[in-house]
Amino acid sequence: MAGQQTLDIEFRGVSKRYGDVTAVHPTDFAVPKGAFIALLGPSGCGKTTCLRMIGGFEQPSSGQVLIGGADMADVPPYRRPVNMVFQHYALFPHFDVSANVAYGLRQVRPRLTSSEIARRTADALAMVQLAGFGARKVHELSGGQQQRVALARALVNRPSVLLLDEPLAALDKKLRTDMQIELQNLQRELGITFVLVTHDQEEALSMSDVVCVMNGGRIVQLGAPDEIYDRPADRFVAAFVGKTNFLDGTVLANANGAARLRLSNGMEVSARVSGDVSAGADVAVSLRPEALRLGAPAGGTGLSGIIRNRIFLGSTAEYAIEVPLLGTLLATADHSAAQSDLLRPGDPVAISFNPGAPLAFPASDNKTRQRESSHVQIVS
Amino acid sequence: MSSAARKRLVTALLLAPAAVWLFLFLVLPFIAIVVFSLGERAPAGGYQPALTLAQYANLPARAAAFWNTLVLAPAGALACLLIAYPVAYYLAIKVLPQRRLLLVALIIIPFWTSLLIRTYAWMYILGGRGIPAFLELVGLPDVRLINTPGAVLLGIVYGYLPLMILPIYISLERLDRRLLEASADLGATPFSTFFSVTLRLSLPGMMTGFSLVLILLLGEYLIPTLLGGGKVFFIGNALVDLFLQSRNWPFGSAIAVALVGIAVVLLLAANRITARLSGARQVDLL
Repeated sequence: MAGQQTLDIEFRGVSKRYGDVTAVHPTDFAVPKGAFIALLGPSGCGKTTCLRMIGGFEQPSSGQVLIGGADMADVPPYRRPVNMVFQHYALFPHFDVSANVAYGLRQVRPRLTSSEIARRTADALAMVQLAGFGARKVHELSGGQQQRVALARALVNRPSVLLLDEPLAALDKKLRTDMQIELQNLQRELGITFVLVTHDQEEALSMSDVVCVMNGGRIVQLGAPDEIYDRPADRFVAAFVGKTNFLDGTVLANANGAARLRLSNGMEVSARVSGDVSAGADVAVSLRPEALRLGAPAGGTGLSGIIRNRIFLGSTAEYAIEVPLLGTLLATADHSAAQSDLLRPGDPVAISFNPGAPLAFPASDNKTRQRESSHVQIVS
Repeated sequence: MSSAARKRLVTALLLAPAAVWLFLFLVLPFIAIVVFSLGERAPAGGYQPALTLAQYANLPARAAAFWNTLVLAPAGALACLLIAYPVAYYLAIKVLPQRRLLLVALIIIPFWTSLLIRTYAWMYILGGRGIPAFLELVGLPDVRLINTPGAVLLGIVYGYLPLMILPIYISLERLDRRLLEASADLGATPFSTFFSVTLRLSLPGMMTGFSLVLILLLGEYLIPTLLGGGKVFFIGNALVDLFLQSRNWPFGSAIAVALVGIAVVLLLAANRITARLSGARQVDLL
């Protein structure tokens, strides 16, 4: 059912080397038509290189990039059915807003009539809520408006794939949230495949259907945002996507991923384990801040600590809690007046969590997991 | 002292040396020249006070010098532009960055030798014992190269090319490469990208180079003297002749004022064209 036609972008063993440096290790992945996929990773992880290979600005050192089933090996950027929203927008400074948007239309051969160009330019500007801004100069616009012009310019030729290179990085937080919603709506309305490159995990999780986490030139995990967050494939993903606490532990017993661990303070817990670990192995245990429940100290055998800092975030608050023999844990709790009275810096507090909440990874995870390629396929 | 007054004082102090210099050596002499141009030639040569436009009415007497200057100076500047652009483009965009510095240096190095010496060299190359002698040796008909408009044009391009290359190189080097990628991304062929983006955004550099070379050429004296002989003379040559030989200062002054007027008009026109092409008004070059 996932035939050639339903895939918009496909990487087959694509790699990229610059001299001795390998930016992207041989990678296979596929993006189904109409998906909103985010390439997420720290800077230098190869995500932008992947995007630029789709756009045609970089040639793969090996492998094939396919767009809509066609091999793009000798296809220059100006013949590819994709358009890109560049980082910092790359708007033409010598053109006004409508000339920027109309630029792609003017390149169409056979030529479009000028009334057709004017109509589609106006439509594109209206789509990004900039109707009436056509005569403005680019440098007269705010960052958010320039962002919209870049979007209109990239969409005016109705590409089958829209590439977005860190499109929201230069905007302030409020504007970024607005644009996230707008981009999501646009993608749904147009049904175009969006490929978003970002280092901002929040942006990736909130906007896309599929998140592709990259690290060191490899795809580390590919999946739905909740899957990435709840079941990170390795320690890197757990640390990079969202906030988490890492604790040291030792495996006591492992039965198909359900394990008993002993933490460094001697406490025994149940955890899910990813990867191949047997009894006696050292593991890193991830505990999300929101999985921790805080309560009045009860004595007994449970986990307890002293609140050191409280970071008020409005609807929630974060607490840094010093736990003897384990270090400082970060916990998130809903904000309520009663609770904030209870939890003040210096107060002792009891910490509990559900048995399945801890997630353990082999301690030497990043070194042992060197694979030649990440063979991951999404099939919708 | 208030901070605004202080700021004004600093500005004034910064500008004062240049302002004094320009006033003493540009404004005052120009006023003198304007006054001279309204006067009469003293019987023994020089200037004699009068208030007449006779010198200006007499300008057509030097029409040949005006004609040569106003044809060869723009033609030379244009030839420089056409030759310089590909070189600047290559230097700024195509060449490997590690070689760029060396090549730019090679363009500047000729400036270390006096233009006089370099033009003398051309005199010999184009003169009787140069290329024509070589052509005769291999049995081709004798051609006259020296003392022709072509020789002057060649000397102009040779002498002024670096002045044209550098500003164009700078404007191309500053060009944001992502704009070229954006253009390609939007479907523009390399050819189309060159005309709609590269050329357009390097226009200020082209105009700077063109204006610079044109102004210098309007006052050119050396190259027409050496490579044009007595036959292809510029306004500069006419001025030397009038001030030093025939000592007709008022007429020379009138020609000088007319030259300044022409230069101002040409530069204003050039500025207008640049502003029109690179400004907000879109003129589709394609």
